[in-house]
Amino acid sequence: MRQFRKAAIAAVVAAALTPAGVAVAQDKPVKMSVVSFLSGPAAGPFGVPARNGAEVVILAINAGKLPAPHNTKGLAGRPIEVEYIDESGGNTKQVAEYRNMVEKRGVDVALGYVSSGTCEALTPVAEELKKLTVYAVCGTPRIFEESKPQYVFRTMSHATSDNVAAAYYVREYFPKIKGYTGINQNYAWGQDSWRDFDAAMKQLTKAKASTKLQWPKLFQGQYSTEISALLLDKADLIHSSFYDGDLESFIFQGQTRGLFKKKQVVFTVGETSVYRLNKRMPEGVVLGARGPYGVIVLNRPSALNKWFIAAYKDRFGSYPPGPAYQYAQAVLATKIAYDAAAKKAGAFPSQDQVIAQLKGAEFESFSTHVKMALGDGHQAITENGYGITKWDAKAGEVKLEKVKFYPAECVNPPAGVKSVDWINGGMKGAKCG
Amino acid sequence: METALTILLDGLVFSSYLFIVSLGLTIIFGVMKILNVTHGSFYAWGAYTAAFLIGLAANAGWPDWAGFAIIFFAAILVGLVLGLILERGILQFMYHRDEVLIVLATFGSFLVLEDTILLVFGVDPYFAFQPMQLLGSVELGGIARDTYGLTLIGLAAVLAVTSWLVLRRTHWGKLLSAVIFDRELAMAMGLNVSRVYIVTFVIGAMLGALGGAYIAPTVSVAPGFGVDVIVLSFAVVVIGGMGSVPGAMIGALAVGIVRALAVHKFPQFELFVIYAVMATVLVFRPEGLFAPVKARKI
Repeated sequence: MRQFRKAAIAAVVAAALTPAGVAVAQDKPVKMSVVSFLSGPAAGPFGVPARNGAEVVILAINAGKLPAPHNTKGLAGRPIEVEYIDESGGNTKQVAEYRNMVEKRGVDVALGYVSSGTCEALTPVAEELKKLTVYAVCGTPRIFEESKPQYVFRTMSHATSDNVAAAYYVREYFPKIKGYTGINQNYAWGQDSWRDFDAAMKQLTKAKASTKLQWPKLFQGQYSTEISALLLDKADLIHSSFYDGDLESFIFQGQTRGLFKKKQVVFTVGETSVYRLNKRMPEGVVLGARGPYGVIVLNRPSALNKWFIAAYKDRFGSYPPGPAYQYAQAVLATKIAYDAAAKKAGAFPSQDQVIAQLKGAEFESFSTHVKMALGDGHQAITENGYGITKWDAKAGEVKLEKVKFYPAECVNPPAGVKSVDWINGGMKGAKCG
Repeated sequence: METALTILLDGLVFSSYLFIVSLGLTIIFGVMKILNVTHGSFYAWGAYTAAFLIGLAANAGWPDWAGFAIIFFAAILVGLVLGLILERGILQFMYHRDEVLIVLATFGSFLVLEDTILLVFGVDPYFAFQPMQLLGSVELGGIARDTYGLTLIGLAAVLAVTSWLVLRRTHWGKLLSAVIFDRELAMAMGLNVSRVYIVTFVIGAMLGALGGAYIAPTVSVAPGFGVDVIVLSFAVVVIGGMGSVPGAMIGALAVGIVRALAVHKFPQFELFVIYAVMATVLVFRPEGLFAPVKARKI
């Protein structure tokens, strides 16, 4: 009898505790770090809009208010507990910060990163710590071409597609170009961008590259001498992968000296400044957004795009620029992987189950179709587009004319082929429709 | 011929910029023997204050030329406020300490002031293009040049002549020379060295702020704005000789012209040439080109 009473009490206690225990497990949030430049010259034009884009989507996910079919609450039912982290300070600081996040603060998903250098430095650390890491931006193609990470993903195309698409655009809209030169920041991003653009131009056009390329250092700010050299150069087209404050300083200084009237300029990341400079953005410039994002897709009518533009504008009072889209896309990809993994497992998924779902995934994002096609299913490819700036006095904003998108399989290398080899080999297998 | 003229003008414009930003640094070092890392913060605060006020004036419908008055007002305001706070609040308690500790104190102040910029102005860049837009461009050497950039040459010349006149032809200049030559002897002769230090530091701060304020209309004024300028101005001051005003001028000219030549003829060496000039000078004259010869005290 005594034993029966003990068992009965134990059963009652267990019954009382079990649902609570389950509820606790279900409510346990998914810890996510969102890393972007929150200070330094890249913060205003790039890092802060990126963070804001992530925030809009995370809030909607936690409230279950993303448009269908993503209108379930949280990641596999669990809310996201987000921590926003500053990317500035260099690679050593970021590696230490990453280790802190994962080992001390128990982050489940590390998401974000703008700098190519930081992504290269973090990849081996993410592999060592075996932590799901979703790169939202960083441009260098080397990450998945020189190694095969298992825990790292990138949910937008790498820089090769920006520059191959730019070369296609030049061939199509400026066929009379005879020579081209470049001004790019003197580090991995600028050098890789020029390498791919130059190689693609050699394949697609008969134009000759200048021998006097400008390589100012990152955040130099003063370009008076470089602008003189560009004006004196016989090349009629200038390629630049400038972003952040460098881009805006270059525009101010070049505009006063008539650079944008005398030369055809291609800014592969110029979109980040469109909403900020507004009327100060020179007309007739070829503008890219590192893919189908920002002002280039402002009029795309999909439900997700309309929702994102409205939600972002409602919260921050402006249209979302490219970096906002790119970070939002990384968060959405993470949700899709968690939800799919939970559905397959019938329970909250393990990290390996999430990774299995993200690997090779295909999904509709806010503004484009994303296919995790390269790097053994870890590197996304998307279409890429360009347009030409035109001030619309009636609307009081910069519009893009002659917007042209190139399919993902046209501007990205096939799986297993290094970008530079693919371009130099004549871009075999490109499906440009 | 056109290329040569362009290289010369580019070199002069960049040299003028370098001279303006390094003048305050070399004056403070010359008089106070302080390697002032906070100089970058004076520069950044000058730029932010000018950009902010020019933006306000533009929104209030003030004419574009008001921007020029604002630039000088911002430089005086920043130099006065930050210079006094730093000199009276920190440095005056450290003059008797080791020079390395004073450098560390100015470095600490620099970090604090950098973060204060973020607190006050936020992370969004500021634009103050009105003065540059007002002056437009002129055709020189076959290409258009922004007139505002050319005015840098005039400003640098005015500052060079003024500092020379003040140092050589005024009573105040003689007092400064006495302190520069031998601080202890100057004190023994009854000179108020403390007052000389305050005035020197505030003027140095104003010159640093003027560099930033004058550059503001040509750039996007963003966080981290003052970091690179420290390295550049140190290079110029080291080439010319620490504490020498003519040295800063010659150092700035050497760096500016050589850099312009590199950008036009060998752009791949642009980053390298500034430090190549510095290294070459230091090999042959470790004390810099114009550092005053010091008598050894016994």
